[in-house]
Amino acid sequence: MGRSYLGEFEELVLLTVAVLEGTAYGVTIAAELKQRMNNRLISLSGVHIALYRLEEKGFVVSELGGATSERGGRRKRFFRITALGKRTLAEMRQVRNELWDAIPNPSFS
Amino acid sequence: MQNKPPAWLDALVKRFLPSELYEELLGDLHEQFAFQAEEIGVQKARWMYFFEVIRFCRPYFLKRRFRADSKYSTSYTYSPAMIRNYFKIAFRNLLKHKGYSFINIFGLATGMAVAMLIGLWVWDELSFNKNFKNYDHIAQVYNHVTEPLDQKQVEGSSQPQPMAKVLREKYGHIFKHVLLVHWDGETTLSVGNENHIRKGQFFENGVIDMFSLKMLKGSKESLNDPQGMILSESAAKSIFGDKDPIGEAIKLDNKFYCKVSGVYEDAPQNSTLGGIHFIGNFEYLRNNEKWVKGSEENWNNSSQRIFIQTADKVTMEQANAAVRDFYLKDAPDSFKEPAKKYKATLYLNPMKNWYLYSEFKDGYPATGRITFVWLFSIVGVFVLLLACINFMNLSTARSEKRAKEVGIRKAVGSVKSQLVNQFLGESFLVVGLAFIVMLGIVGASIGWFNELADKKINIPFTNPYFLGISFAFLTITALLSGFYPAFYLSSFEPVKVLKGTIRLGKYASLPRKVLVIVQFTVSVVLIIGTIVVYQQIQYAQNRPVGYDRSSLVRISMDDPNFENSKLVMKDNLLRNGVATNIAFSNMPVTSIWDNWGGFDWKGKNPEAQSYFSVTQLDEDFGNTIQWKVKQGRNFSKEFGMDTAAVIINESAAKYLALKNPIGEYITSTGDNKRRWQIIGVIEDLVAESPYEPVKMGLYMLRNVRSLGQMQIKINPNLPISEALAKIEATQKKLVPSAPFRYFFVDEEYSKKFTSEQRIGKLAFLFAILAIAISCLGLFGLASFIAEQRTKEIGIRKVLGASITNLWGLLSKEFVLLVVISLFIASPVAYYFMNNWIQKYSYHTAISWWIFVAAGAGALIITLLTVSFQAIKAALVNPVKSLKSE
Repeated sequence: MGRSYLGEFEELVLLTVAVLEGTAYGVTIAAELKQRMNNRLISLSGVHIALYRLEEKGFVVSELGGATSERGGRRKRFFRITALGKRTLAEMRQVRNELWDAIPNPSFS
Repeated sequence: MQNKPPAWLDALVKRFLPSELYEELLGDLHEQFAFQAEEIGVQKARWMYFFEVIRFCRPYFLKRRFRADSKYSTSYTYSPAMIRNYFKIAFRNLLKHKGYSFINIFGLATGMAVAMLIGLWVWDELSFNKNFKNYDHIAQVYNHVTEPLDQKQVEGSSQPQPMAKVLREKYGHIFKHVLLVHWDGETTLSVGNENHIRKGQFFENGVIDMFSLKMLKGSKESLNDPQGMILSESAAKSIFGDKDPIGEAIKLDNKFYCKVSGVYEDAPQNSTLGGIHFIGNFEYLRNNEKWVKGSEENWNNSSQRIFIQTADKVTMEQANAAVRDFYLKDAPDSFKEPAKKYKATLYLNPMKNWYLYSEFKDGYPATGRITFVWLFSIVGVFVLLLACINFMNLSTARSEKRAKEVGIRKAVGSVKSQLVNQFLGESFLVVGLAFIVMLGIVGASIGWFNELADKKINIPFTNPYFLGISFAFLTITALLSGFYPAFYLSSFEPVKVLKGTIRLGKYASLPRKVLVIVQFTVSVVLIIGTIVVYQQIQYAQNRPVGYDRSSLVRISMDDPNFENSKLVMKDNLLRNGVATNIAFSNMPVTSIWDNWGGFDWKGKNPEAQSYFSVTQLDEDFGNTIQWKVKQGRNFSKEFGMDTAAVIINESAAKYLALKNPIGEYITSTGDNKRRWQIIGVIEDLVAESPYEPVKMGLYMLRNVRSLGQMQIKINPNLPISEALAKIEATQKKLVPSAPFRYFFVDEEYSKKFTSEQRIGKLAFLFAILAIAISCLGLFGLASFIAEQRTKEIGIRKVLGASITNLWGLLSKEFVLLVVISLFIASPVAYYFMNNWIQKYSYHTAISWWIFVAAGAGALIITLLTVSFQAIKAALVNPVKSLKSE
């Protein structure tokens, strides 16, 4: 398939963007991931780089929000998942499910 | 929000984040900080912020920023594309003109190598003794007197033993240590049946602390026991191997018995203790050597040196002030009267003077090696300057070729600062390459240089100072050599250059000419200097020494077992034909160990000083060394009265000012009132420095038993090696305990020239290199000018100019420059060399032919260098040179 490669961390970030529907930007994504992953060390810079890469690959789109009174009046960049992003996630999930089903003795823990 | 993240971190973020992302990213960062500040406290949040910012320094962001900037900015000084272009152009230029590049890089590398070697040498000289921790606190005690008759001021380095005791007892609050120091000397160390000859010295206890010797075995108290001695690590290794030397017995010169009580780390070669391999306790020497014991309380026998270390809080000035009037305050009463008359004072000569200021003037240290440190530093700077001048000259000479490039660059938007950067960058590139070549040259020649300069210098690659200085050196050279071309080239006006109307005027080559003159002035001064140094050495070597030193061998009979075998040995050697003559004396022919004062003679001015060098010898001495009797006769066994006779040298005869010295008397003013009759006057024997006037000397007979030096005149019909083997066999048979040590008198004499010869060789080397570098530059310049005038030469040839004409045309300019530099160099060289030569009492005159020879030499070399290019250019077929374009 001609699809772009998606790394593990990028996949997680992409999923989080989908979860946060409309309120996804750097800090919230980092906080969400941190909370869900038992305080695994999540660096803001890593999240941002993943986001920009996802954007370059066309899995997310972004737009600048309005000026806020918090954070010194600096604007936020909000990310939304694209249709391509959604389809890619779904495909990946399907591949995984099929692999799970193919395990001969699924009851191992 | 009062709790703000550190502003400097924000500034940092701004520097490397892509500008279009800066706002949102900083916003996120701040938001997270505010959140964390609430959660875990401001202090911790600050730290988290710091790490977060550090994590933002990622190649991704940097790359993005770089890409964005280069995409949009119009003129960016450090844009990678331009820098790449500069290097490309620089390399292409280097490769296109291989000849120039070679001259540039190699000439510069040679100049830098010379400067580097000189720098290392100077560093080594200046760091002499600096390894000792108490460097600033150690000094040697000197006395200073003024002769009342002629107001001559003299210093004395040897002091009587009781002075050390008084200094220690009455000045204890000023000095931490006061140590008597015996003269160092080569000693035979015997362990079992093995003999080792090592240089060593006896100090009073305290030496380990004073010189902060690092004890590898034994403790700092190793010399508390008078019988103890400490060995240097290298000596311990070569004598005892891997065996533990502590407690081993060593016999010194077959008469002293010491026990090794410690091993210390070898002192560096460039220190007072360099070459010293064992240290004994002075107390032991005093207890076992009769004459040392005898002078323990004798204020009139000044035969030891005294080293002191001032207390920690006492400066050298304070200590000096305190001991100044020692003679008036603390010397025995009999000294106080003469001390006033002679204005006698004591002073402390600090360690920093010992090596660099070892020559005294008016009784105080004045000069010494420091002259050479200065001299060579100046030479080093000048040689480097010569190499830099080459670079400048060649770059500006080629500027016309590159003028078009400058014009185009300016036309497409280069600003001046960019061009300056470009040319400075090129100069950095060339200097960098030269630096690498230089390291190769220095690395390859350092061993040879060490041998020449008698040093043990390593290239201290790991020393941060060395690296720092090298870097500074590189930068300065690059700036120095690149500065002028950079600013000169970048100032061209593009319109004129591109239109082709630029004429670099009459004066464009003026700076170039001045630089060539400077180069040749320096070179010619160095050539003249070298010739004068060699001439002076030659002159001193040809000085009549007053005796025949060929096939004369000396044996120093330190072993007490010699005492009864001396005459037997002499007898044996004479009988089996090894020697034609053998004589004994108390000191070698090539040095003076004894100076006596207190003599009287007829018509002596009561105030006149009466110090004479006194040599004691036997009747055969005169015939053995073949001194030349001018008046009177030699000692002879036929005259029973000769024990009360004296032979004087011509200097002494002149000083005594007796109308007919033969038959007159010299009397001692001491207690015994001895009287000697003068029976002969001999020609002066040059015993000490061949550059100084010969001291007034007296020669007296003495019982052979107490004369420690044997002089053997080897039978000239016998090969030297065979004779030595026979002498050794005889000595081994008669005195088996003593190692066979012999000295050739002519070798010992020639040692007096080593330091001058060394300087001569170094000066020669530097002069050669200087002239080579200058010629290299001239060669490049000549070839460039020949190339530039190709068309002119072609036209001249067509119109009928001969090759000689053209050769003259091209060479004239350079010859003129060299002639001008000759006129500048000659008086400068004369001034400096005349000053140098005045240092020696026995010196040559600087004659005019030296200047003529140096000038002719420089001219010939110049002509050869230039002619090669000139003739090459003149031989080119004009059809070829005029066809192009």
